[in-house]
Amino acid sequence: MDDFAIKVENLSKAYQLGDFSTGTLNRDLERWWALMRGKEDPFLKIGETNDRTVKGESDIIWSLKDINFEIKPGDAVGIIGRNGAGKSTLLKVLSRVTSPTTGLIKVKGRIASLLEVGTGFHPDLTGRENVFLNGAILGMRKAEIKKQFDAIVDFAGIERYIDTPVKRYSSGMYVRLAFAVAAHLESEILIVDEVLAVGDAEFQKKCLGKMNDVSKGEGRTVLFVSHNMGSVSQLCNQGILLKNGQVEAIDKISVIVDKYITSQQVTKAGYSAKQIDIETKSIVFTEVYLSNADQKINNDFDVFDFIFIHTNILIKQLVSGLKLSVTIQNKNGEYVSTFVEDISYFNDQGTGTYQLILKLDKELIAPNSYYLRLALFVHNAMIYDLVEMICPFRIHDTGTDLAFAEGADYGHFLMKYKLEKVEKIN
Amino acid sequence: MKLTQNIPVEHSSQNRILEIKPQNSVFNLHLKDVWEYRDLLWLLVRRDFVSFYKQTILGPLWFFIQPIFTTIVFTVIFSSLAKLSTNGAPPALFYLAGTVAWNYFSDCLTKTSTVFKDNANIFGKVYFPRLIMPLSIIFSNLVKFGVQLILFVLMLFYYLLEHRVQPNWYILLFPVVVFLMAILGLGIGLIVTALTTKYRDLAFIVTFGMQLLMYATPVIYPLAAAPAKYRTLITLNPMSGLIETFRYGFLGTGQFYTGAFTYSVIASIIIFILGLIVFNKVEKNFVDTV
Repeated sequence: MDDFAIKVENLSKAYQLGDFSTGTLNRDLERWWALMRGKEDPFLKIGETNDRTVKGESDIIWSLKDINFEIKPGDAVGIIGRNGAGKSTLLKVLSRVTSPTTGLIKVKGRIASLLEVGTGFHPDLTGRENVFLNGAILGMRKAEIKKQFDAIVDFAGIERYIDTPVKRYSSGMYVRLAFAVAAHLESEILIVDEVLAVGDAEFQKKCLGKMNDVSKGEGRTVLFVSHNMGSVSQLCNQGILLKNGQVEAIDKISVIVDKYITSQQVTKAGYSAKQIDIETKSIVFTEVYLSNADQKINNDFDVFDFIFIHTNILIKQLVSGLKLSVTIQNKNGEYVSTFVEDISYFNDQGTGTYQLILKLDKELIAPNSYYLRLALFVHNAMIYDLVEMICPFRIHDTGTDLAFAEGADYGHFLMKYKLEKVEKIN
Repeated sequence: MKLTQNIPVEHSSQNRILEIKPQNSVFNLHLKDVWEYRDLLWLLVRRDFVSFYKQTILGPLWFFIQPIFTTIVFTVIFSSLAKLSTNGAPPALFYLAGTVAWNYFSDCLTKTSTVFKDNANIFGKVYFPRLIMPLSIIFSNLVKFGVQLILFVLMLFYYLLEHRVQPNWYILLFPVVVFLMAILGLGIGLIVTALTTKYRDLAFIVTFGMQLLMYATPVIYPLAAAPAKYRTLITLNPMSGLIETFRYGFLGTGQFYTGAFTYSVIASIIIFILGLIVFNKVEKNFVDTV
C-alpha cells in the first residue's frame, strides 16, 4: 500500500474577477445554458497563467493550476511563495473551505485547519464557553475538549480570566487562548496559515515549540504557510514552492527556501534609483551593486571571496557631517551588522556623482542569504536617502568546517574560536 | 511540557480516505458529517441563547416581553378599535397564539435567509458541515418558542378555568405543526440564502415581504372571517393551514381545514427538500462569491 497523508492530483481552482452585478447575471445565464447542453464552460479557458501584472483575456483567473504532490505521514511541509502564488487558496481547498474547480485530493485521516485563530469566538461568552465553542467549530467532540481543557488553559496561561467574557481580554490573551485550543486538536493532519505572526515574541516561540512537538514528537503531518523563512526552515523538513498558482519545486526545506530567495534575486541583482528619486532628493543613491575582486556585478560569493560594495551617490547639496551607513540584513530583514563611513570628504570636491567601493572581509559572513540596507544621513539631523532589502546576495560554503551541513541555516557570521582545554572532570 | 498526553486518536478515520472533489452529488447531504458535529450544533444553540441575554438585567425575561407587548398592541388595535372577529376566542389569547407561532416561523426564515452572509467569515476559515448553522438557528428559535409557549400555556389555563376555551384532540397535532413550521421556514430560508450569495436582491424582498406575508396569513384574523374570494388565495400560503390547526387544537374555536392542512404538509416537505438541495449545491463554493 502506498503510504501518504495527502495526495493532490491535477488540482486547479479558478476565480472570477471583477464585480458581480447585472452584467454578470447575463454571463451566468449564458454559462448555465452551455452547461445544460453538456458543453464546456465557455468562461473557463484553460491555458492562461495566473500573472497579476499582465491583463488576461478573460476575467477568470486560475489561482491554482494543475497542482500535483504527495505528502507522507509525519512530514512537516512548508508552503512557500510570493503573495498571490496560490498558497492560501491551496490551504483553503485542502481544508475544504472551498472546493476545487478540477482535480482530486485524497486525504488520510482527520484534518484540522487553522487559517485564523479564534474563528467563531463570541465576545460575550466567557473564555471557558469559547474554548468549547471554538473547539467544536474546529471539529473536536465535547468529550475531547473536556479532556484537554486543563491543558488548554494551562498553555494559554489565563487561568484567572477563564470565566470572564473574552471581550475584556487583552488582544494577547485572546490570541493565546485561541491558539491554545487549536494546538490541542487531535487530528492526524494540521494545516496552519500564517497565524504565528500574532502575539508577543515569547508566545510565538511557544507556538513554534508546540508545532514542533506536534510534527516531530507526535508524528503528525503538518502543512505550514509563512512568509517568515526563519520559522519555516525551523519547523519543516519538506517544502513546496508555488509560483503563479503552479508548483515550482518540491524538495527538502533548505533547498526550497534557497530557491525562493534566489528566485526573488533574479528580478533584481543590483539597485538603481527611480528617476523620481534622483530628481527630488538632494543626496541620493543612484546605483548600488556587489562584485568580486574582478569588478563584475555578482550576487553569489564564495565564503573565501572578498565582497565589494559599489555605491554611486549623487550629491546636489553640500552638507557637513554626511555619513553613509551599510547594514547587512538577513533573509527575514533583521539587521546582522552595521558599519558607518564618514563621507564628508566629498565636500572638498563640490557637487556631483561619486563612486565609493567598500571591501568586506572574507571568511567572516556565514554561508547564507542576505540583503543590504544603505542610508545617507547626518547624525541626529536628517536622513537624505534610505534603501533596504536591496542587492540580495548569497554566500556559498566551499569548505568551512560546516560545509558538510551545506544548506542548513547556521547563523550569520563565522565564529573564530580555538579549543582552550579538554579535561575529564568526573 | 506535560501538555501532550498524546491521547490515542480513536476515530476510525485513521484509514478512511477523504476525497475532495469539485462537485459531489447534489443529493449527498453529508448527514453523517452533520451527526458527527452534533456537539457543535448544541454549543451554537447554547451560544445564541446565552448571548441573547448577557449583560441584561431582565435576562431571559426578555423572551416574554416581546410577545406580551405585541399581543397588547394587537388586542387594542385589531380587537378594540378595528373590531376584527376572533371567532369567539378571547382576543388576547387569540393574538398571542398567532404571534408566537408566526414569530417562530418568521424568525426561522429570516435568520436562515442570511446564514451565508452572516457567517461568511467563519465559513471562509474553517470547514464544518454548513447545514449545522441553519439547523442551530432553527433550534435556537425553538428554545425561544418553547419559552414563549410557557406564557401561552399560562394564559390558556387562565381562560380554561373561566371556560372560555375548549381544547380538543387536534392539540395532538401540535408537535407536527411545530415541525412543519420549522422545516418550512428553514426550507425557504435556505433557498433565499443560497440564491443571495451572488445576487443580494432577494434579501431585500425577505425583509419587507415577511411583514406583508403576516397579513396574508390568518394570524390576526381567523381564516373563516376572510372573504370567500380571498380564502383560496390565503390557503395557498402553507402557513395558513398550520396556524389554523395550531389555534384550533388549543382554543377550540374555528374549525379544522383538512384540505389546507394536507396541502401545508406536502408543501412544507417539498420546499424543505428543495431548500436542502439548493443549499447543498451552493455551500461548496459560496466562499468565492459571497
